Amino acid sequence: MKILVCISQVPDTSTKIVLKNNNTSVSSDGVTYVLNPYDEWYALIRAIELKESGIATEIHLITVGKADVEPVMRKALALGGDEAIRIDAESSDAYETAGYIAAYAAQVGYDLILCGKESIDYNNGTTGTMLAGLLDMDYIGFATDIQIESGAALVKREIEGGEETDTCNLPLVISCQKGVAEARIPNMRGIMAARTRPLKVIVPSKITAVTEILTYELPPAKAGIKLVSPDDMDGLVALLHTEARVI
Amino acid sequence: MSVIVLVEHTGGVIKKKNFEAVQYASQIAKKAGTTVTALVLGTVTETEMEGLGQYGAQKVLHIADARLDEFHARAYSSALVAAAEKETAKIIVTLHDIGGRMVAPRVAVQLKAGLVAGALSYPDTEKGFVIKKAVFSGKAFAYVNILSDTKVIMLMPNTFPATKQEGKAVVERLDISFSEKDFVVKVKSVNKVTGEVSLADAELVVSGGRGMKGPENWGILEDLAKELGAATACSRPVADSHWRPHHEHVGQTGGTVRPNLYIAVGISGAIQHLAGVNGSKTIVVINKDPEAPFFKAANYGVVGDAMEVLPRLTAAVRKFKEQHK
Ligand SMILES: Cc1cc2nc3c(=O)[nH]c(=O)nc-3n(C[C@H](O)[C@H](O)[C@H](O)COP(=O)(O)OP(=O)(O)OC[C@H]3O[C@@H](n4cnc5c(N)ncnc54)[C@H](O)[C@@H]3O)c2cc1C
Repeated sequence: MKILVCISQVPDTSTKIVLKNNNTSVSSDGVTYVLNPYDEWYALIRAIELKESGIATEIHLITVGKADVEPVMRKALALGGDEAIRIDAESSDAYETAGYIAAYAAQVGYDLILCGKESIDYNNGTTGTMLAGLLDMDYIGFATDIQIESGAALVKREIEGGEETDTCNLPLVISCQKGVAEARIPNMRGIMAARTRPLKVIVPSKITAVTEILTYELPPAKAGIKLVSPDDMDGLVALLHTEARVI
Repeated sequence: MSVIVLVEHTGGVIKKKNFEAVQYASQIAKKAGTTVTALVLGTVTETEMEGLGQYGAQKVLHIADARLDEFHARAYSSALVAAAEKETAKIIVTLHDIGGRMVAPRVAVQLKAGLVAGALSYPDTEKGFVIKKAVFSGKAFAYVNILSDTKVIMLMPNTFPATKQEGKAVVERLDISFSEKDFVVKVKSVNKVTGEVSLADAELVVSGGRGMKGPENWGILEDLAKELGAATACSRPVADSHWRPHHEHVGQTGGTVRPNLYIAVGISGAIQHLAGVNGSKTIVVINKDPEAPFFKAANYGVVGDAMEVLPRLTAAVRKFKEQHK
């Protein structure tokens, strides 16, 4: 069984966002980039577990980006994975990204495609669903547990107010979130091995994006906090009723 | 040409957030000089569907196929594409919720349509078709222009309130032939936590952090939640220590909530936690440390010990409710 894991690089979770060029782009000065946590902690680690338990035979990691994403791909390889693929393009929306990945995946053919439930930069959560659509594959979103047995997947996924268990024969696209696997840190052996694992660069045929970001804006500063004495909870309730109008 | 909106329901009951989506779609249609058609799937009563007229839908297309009583991402996508084609709709609206997120992107690629996930504004048509959305987990907003002819908008729930007006939608039956492929994913079992308020939809949330000291103290937090009719949430270390179930974990690596009121109890307010809750309309922070960073992101703050403040707040809410019966 061959697994493809979709990886995105994102600013570290503690990054302060700074805008530049008249608010038309986000500054990358001093920003540390990391593997998108949902891709790493859940999708990639689950793929590695499936290989360790002998269910998966090969894991490929794929990303869309220019050469500056390679350190993050090396870090992903240090956790596990047999080969990394970088689609050499600067994608400007999810449609374009999913298009490149789908074109590559269609050529190779994968039994299982895993991605995170969303990337923490653009918070779309659309890549997995789009991939499934483009590849005419089935899709299960927001997985919290993935088991594979004799060519079929048994997947628990979040639904509103609870959980659902689905079954589906492979091939399948699944988006992963908390519960799917436990976070790990790469060990020295993995880091050494990652250096020699292939990182292929693919030049794609251009796909034209269907959206563009015109400008960015930072949220307005909070108007300042009102402190309420711990002895005056009636006062707090009154404020929430008359001023905030939330109860 | 019309605007089409997907309306999901839970066992035949249409929820408030779906009314929000219908009304949002109807405002867009009005501006574009056209009408709104709502797509309803599975078993729902005529009255429930006609009621969508109160939120601006002129017409409901109803696919009554009982297989659609279960959520099937692929079948729902096929249905939405078929309905959009029938109505020659150029604008498709869904919610940015679990169902919408499993359907709309698939529809978008099928129709080669640009999509905005998590829309926070009406489209501004002066400079194209520009919609505001949150990026970097609420640390910034982006104004996204959809370039394609057909457009898909996934509206963030709890962004625009739905207000009822006079109106009755005309229900029209639509029959489409699904392919076997549409139902390949089988639902084996559904496990709903009944009686509790679902976190994603909650208008009020009471959330606890490590400052609650241990799972044995959650009773007083749940008392407050019950009194308010609120859902409960927690910070990551609380879920990681198994004090609370994983689905309650909110933040950068857990769930995102956008309630009207978020009460954070014994949570320091780390940037990763704020990323999941900064869309809340009002934030109340209860923390014994006046220097806790959460106070900077809050509207109301109480500096005090959670163990003492929580029961008092619960009592105050109870008193308020009795006075406002
Ligand atoms: C990549 C990454 C992703 C992360 N994702 C998330 C995420 O999704 N969600 C998340 O929550 N965190 C996340 N974190 C962790 C985050 O950085 C914080 O460590 C975490 O949010 C802290 O949880 P806490 O506020 O409950 O605990 P603490 O930081 O320990 O804070 C406890 C607070 O309780 C107060 N307190 C103590 N006793 C009392 C009392 N008796 N009464 C009142 N107040 C009291 C203290 O003053 C303190 O402010 C992430 C971290 C990383 C690196």
